[in-house]
Amino acid sequence: MVTILRMLRFLRPFRTTVLASVALGVATIASGIGLLGTSAYLISRAALQPSIAVLQVSIVGVRFFGLSRGIFRYVERLVSHSANFKLLAQLRTWFFKSVEPLAPAGLTYLSSGDLLARSIADIDTLEDFFVRLVSPPLVALITSLCASLFVGQFDPRFGLILMLGLLSSSFGIPLLSNRLQRNSRNQLVQSRSDLHAAITDSILGIADLLVYGNADEIHKRIKNLRSSYQADQRKLAWREALSDAANLLLSNLTMWLVLLIAIPLVSTGQLDGVLLAVLALIALTSFEAAQPMGLVAQNLENSASAARRLFEIANARPEIAGQAMTPITSIHPTIEIKELSFGYDSTQPGILDQVSISLTPGKKLAIVGPSGSGKTTLLNLLLRFWNYREGIIEVDGVDLHDLDAEGVRDYFSVLSQNAFLMSGTIRQNLLLSMPDASEAQLLAAIDLAQMADWLKTLPDGLDTWIGENGVQISGGERQRLAIARLALREQPIWILDEPSSNLDAITEQRIIQRIMNACNERTLVWITHRLTGLENMDEILVLSSGRIVEHGKHAQLLQQKGLYARMWHIQNQEIFDNLGTFSISSTS
Amino acid sequence: MNLDRRLLKQLRNVRVAFVITILLGFMGGIFILLQAYDLSIIIDRVFLGKEPLHAVITLLWGLLAIFLLRAATLFFMHASSNSLALHVKAQLQESLFDKLLQLGPAIIQEHPTGELIATVTQGIEALDAYFRQYLPQLVLAALIPILMLIFVFPLDLISALVLLFTAPLIPLFMILIGKTAENLTKRQWVTLKRMSAHFLDILRGLTTLKTFNQSKNFIDRVNSVSEEYRKTTLSVLQITFLSALALELIATISIAIIAVQIGIRLLYGQIEFQKAMFILLIAPDFYLPLRTLGMRFHAGMSGLSAAQHIFEILELPLNRKQVIINSSPITQPIIGLPFKLEFRNISFTYPRRSQPALNEVSFSISSGTVTALVGKSGAGKSTIARLLLRFIEPDQGDILLNGESIYRFNPDEWREMVGWVSQSPHLFNGSLLENIAFQSPQVDQSQVLEAVRLAHVDHLVDSLVQGYDTQVGEGGARLSGGEAKRVALARAFYKQAPLLILDEPTSNLDPDQEALLVDATQKLVENSTVMMIAHRISSIRKADQIIVLDQGRVVETGHHDTLYAAAGYYHSLVSAYVGGKTW
Repeated sequence: MVTILRMLRFLRPFRTTVLASVALGVATIASGIGLLGTSAYLISRAALQPSIAVLQVSIVGVRFFGLSRGIFRYVERLVSHSANFKLLAQLRTWFFKSVEPLAPAGLTYLSSGDLLARSIADIDTLEDFFVRLVSPPLVALITSLCASLFVGQFDPRFGLILMLGLLSSSFGIPLLSNRLQRNSRNQLVQSRSDLHAAITDSILGIADLLVYGNADEIHKRIKNLRSSYQADQRKLAWREALSDAANLLLSNLTMWLVLLIAIPLVSTGQLDGVLLAVLALIALTSFEAAQPMGLVAQNLENSASAARRLFEIANARPEIAGQAMTPITSIHPTIEIKELSFGYDSTQPGILDQVSISLTPGKKLAIVGPSGSGKTTLLNLLLRFWNYREGIIEVDGVDLHDLDAEGVRDYFSVLSQNAFLMSGTIRQNLLLSMPDASEAQLLAAIDLAQMADWLKTLPDGLDTWIGENGVQISGGERQRLAIARLALREQPIWILDEPSSNLDAITEQRIIQRIMNACNERTLVWITHRLTGLENMDEILVLSSGRIVEHGKHAQLLQQKGLYARMWHIQNQEIFDNLGTFSISSTS
Repeated sequence: MNLDRRLLKQLRNVRVAFVITILLGFMGGIFILLQAYDLSIIIDRVFLGKEPLHAVITLLWGLLAIFLLRAATLFFMHASSNSLALHVKAQLQESLFDKLLQLGPAIIQEHPTGELIATVTQGIEALDAYFRQYLPQLVLAALIPILMLIFVFPLDLISALVLLFTAPLIPLFMILIGKTAENLTKRQWVTLKRMSAHFLDILRGLTTLKTFNQSKNFIDRVNSVSEEYRKTTLSVLQITFLSALALELIATISIAIIAVQIGIRLLYGQIEFQKAMFILLIAPDFYLPLRTLGMRFHAGMSGLSAAQHIFEILELPLNRKQVIINSSPITQPIIGLPFKLEFRNISFTYPRRSQPALNEVSFSISSGTVTALVGKSGAGKSTIARLLLRFIEPDQGDILLNGESIYRFNPDEWREMVGWVSQSPHLFNGSLLENIAFQSPQVDQSQVLEAVRLAHVDHLVDSLVQGYDTQVGEGGARLSGGEAKRVALARAFYKQAPLLILDEPTSNLDPDQEALLVDATQKLVENSTVMMIAHRISSIRKADQIIVLDQGRVVETGHHDTLYAAAGYYHSLVSAYVGGKTW
C-alpha cells in the first residue's frame, strides 16, 4: 500500500489529466447504460402503441447515446494513456537518477542481466499503472453510485441490490481473489525475472557456454525455470478466469434479483411495466464499470512488487552521499593520501593497509603490484566511488570527503579496467568523455592511441559502428579506443589502470611514449603489473597485499633487489639471458 | 487478419486445447441466445400479460441455470486458452534459444545483444495475448454472429438485415485502419527494442560514464528517449484507438438503429413485443465478439511483429558446412592422441569489412605441443581461435584433423574436445564451484582441486568466507579482472579437453602468477595440446612453435631462438618488448 501511494505521487504533476480521464471514463459507461436503458424504454413504450410524439424524446436519447459512447471512449483512452506515458517517463528517469549515485559501489551485487530485468521488465509492468490501476476504481465507484441512485428512485431495494452487486463485483471479488493469490503473484514477477536473467546470462556468455556448457544441462536449467514461471502464470490465469466467471455470474444475478423484486411490483401495479426491461438492462449494463477491476487487483500485486523492487534499488543509500560542501578552487591540485586503510566489507580482509602517497602536480607516478594487491581499489577511493573510513585523502589539504564528488572527478581523466564501450559508432564512444570535442581533437586522440592506421582500414572511419560493448573489435582495439577517449579529456590528472594488458609490445611501447609526452605538465598515475616503460617515472610504488612495500625510482628499486626487482627480472631478465646477444643496462 | 502461417503452425501440438477453447466459446454464444429468449418471454408476460411472479418463476429458475452454465463455460474457456498460450510460448522460446546456441557468438556480433535478449524474453511474452486472446477470438468473432443471425432471420427480416450489413463493417474498418496501425506498431517495436538496448548499455556503462562525469548527461538522455517513446507510442495509439472508435461507433449506432426501427414498427403493430425485446437483448452480444476482436487487434499485431523478429532469428541459415556435411553420431572422442591439426589455406573476411582477417593461412599443430600465436592486435590471432572453436567458418580453405576435415563433426561434438579461455571470459551467475565445474553432471572433487591449484585459484578460494559457494555474478562481481580470468582458467583446466585454446592467458595476471601459469600450462601439455594467443614474450618463449601473424598472413613460424636469430618481424616485436632499449 505504501508502495502504491508512493507511485501515486508520481501522478501529481498532471492532476488535471487524471481528473479529465476519470470523468470521461464515467461518461463512457453512462452512455452505454443510457443507450440500452432508453432503447428498452423506447421499445416497451412503443409496445403500448402511443402517439409517435411520446416516443420522440427517447428516440433522440437512443441516437445521442449511440454516438456519444464511442466518442467519449476514444477521448478517454487518449487522455488516460497520455497520463500513463508521462508517468512512465518520469518513473524511468527517476529510476536512473536514483541508480546513478549508486554506481559502482551499490550495484556490485546486481548482475547486469538482473538489472536489465528489473529496469525494463519492472518498469514495463508499471507501464499501465494509471490506465489499469488508478482510473478503473475511481470510474467504477462513481458509476456505481450514480447507477444505484438512479434505479433507487423507483424502489430503494433496486438501488441497494445494484449497489451491492456493483461494489462486490468491482471491489469484493477482486480483493478476495487477490488475497487468496497474493504469494503466487509475487512469485510470478520473481520467476519471470529469474527465467529472463538466466536466458540473458546464457546469451551474454554464449561463447563460454558453447565451449563449457552441457546442452542437456542448459536446457534442463532453462526448462526448470520456465516450468515454475509457467506454473505461476497458470495459477494466475485460473484465478483471473475464476473472477471473470464470478463477475459474469454476479452481474446476471443482480439483474435476476432486480427482476424478482420488480415482477410482483409490476403485476400489482406499483411499478410501471415499461420500466421492467429498463431496470433489467440498466442493472446488466452498469456492470461494464466493474469489468476492468478484475485486472486491477491482479496488476496491483504485480505492479506493487515491481514497484517495490524498483524502490528497493533506488532506496539503497548511495555509498557516496552528500553534495559539495567545500567548493573546488584549485585547477591542478596536490593530492596527499595519508595512511589509508580500506576493505569493501567486514567479511573480506582489508584491501589497503596504511597506504600513503603524495601526488604533486606534474608528478609521474606508477603503482605496480600483483593482482589483488589493491591497485584498483586505490583508484576507486580516489574517484570517490567508495568512502574510506581509516586514513585520509587530502586535495590541497582538504579532506576528499568534504569535496563535491563530481568536482573531484573533473580533475581526472581515467582509463579503467574493462573500459565500457557502448553500441554506437567510434565517434560516439570517443565523445563519451568529451561531448564537444572537435574532429581534429578526435583524430589527434586516435593518433595518440596508435589507431590511425586501423581507422584507415574502416570504410566508415570514425562513424564505424562497434557492437554492444564493442564486440566487433578486438581486445587491443578496444583498449586503444579507451586510451584515445582518455586522451581527449584535458584534465590535469590522468589515471590509467592496466592500460596495456591487451596490447602487443610494439604498440604498447609507442603508446607509453605518446602518453608520457602528452602528460608533460599533467600528473600521471600509471597502474600496472607490467613493468615496461617505467624508467622515466618519478616514483614507482610497489603494492603487495595492500601495503606499500617498496617505493623509489626504477633504478633504485632494481638495486634494492626486492619484490620489484624480482618481478622485473621475471618479466625481462630471463628473456635477455636467453637472448644472450643483448646487453641491457638496468639503469636508464 | 494478423495471421502468420508460421505462427499457426505452432498450433499443431495444441490442437485439442484450441478446439476445446473454440467449442466452449461457441457454447457461450448459445447460452446468450437462450438467456435473451428466456428473458424476453419473462418481460413480455409480466409487462404486457400482467402475469404474477409465480407464473414466470420456472422461467426465472431457467434463467438462473443459464447464468451458471455461462459462467462455467467462460471459466473453462479461459483456462484452456491459457494453457494453449503457455505451451506455444514455451515451444517457441525453446526453439529460439536452441537456435541461438546453434548460431553461436557469430550472431551476437551482428545483432545488439540487448535486442536479441528482448526477442527471446519480451518478444515471446508478446505472443501470450496473441494465442490466448486474439486467435481464439478471431474464430469466435466469425462463428457467434453467424449463429445469432441464423436465429434472428426467421424472427425479423429487417433487423436481421441491419445486423448482417453492419457486422462486416467492423472487420472492414479494422483492416483499413489496422493496416496503417500495423506499420506504426512495427516502428514502435523497433523503438522499444532500441530503447531497451540503450538502457542496458547505460546501466552497464554507468561506472565508466561516471569517471568521465557524463552519467548525469546520460540520465537526461533516458528522459529524452522515454519522452520520444511516449510521443511515438501515443501517435500509434491515436490510430489504433481510432479503429476501436470505429468499432464502437458501428456497434452502438447499429444498436440505436435497431432500437429505433423496432420501436417505430412496434408502434404500428408490425412486430411482436417479445421478438422485439429478444432482438434488442441480443444486439449488443451480436457485436460483442467483433468488438472484442477489435480490442485485441492490437494484441494480434504486436504478436505478429514480435513473431517477425522471432522467425527472423529462427530462419537464419546455419553455418554452411554444418548443413552440407551430415555427421554420423560419434561415440568415441574425436581427438585421440596423437593427432595433427592442420590449417590449410584458410581465408576469412568478417561481414562488412573490406580487408580479410585471415589470408591464405596455413600451419599445423601436433598433439602434445604448445603453439603460440604472435602478432599485433588485429593480425588475426583471435580469428584463428574463433575458427578452431567453430564460431565462424572459413570463406576458403579447410581445417583438417589427421587429414580429415573437422567439419564432418557436428560443432557440439567438436567443442567437447576443446577448452577455451577468451580475452574476457564470462562467468555465469552461480557459485564459484558451479563456474569451475561448469554444468558437469557429476562434480569430481579431486579434479576441481587440481584445476584450482593449476590456475592458482586456491588462495582466492581460501580467502573467501563462503569459499566455493561464493556467488560470482555475471562478469564476476567482486572478483578482480585477474581473479575472474583465473577462475575461467580453472574452468578450462577442469574440462581436461585434448585441445586447449588460451587467449592471452597472462593478461591481468602479475608476473609471479604469470610464471606459475606458464609452468602450469607446460604441465597441462602432457594431456592436452595448447594453442596460446599471447602478446607477452615471457609466456611464449617456452612454446614449441611460434606462429607470427601480420595482417592476416603467417609471416614466420618456428621456435623462439631460431625466429629471434632470423632477425625478421619477430625480432622487431621482441626488440620493442625489451623496451625500445636497443640503443
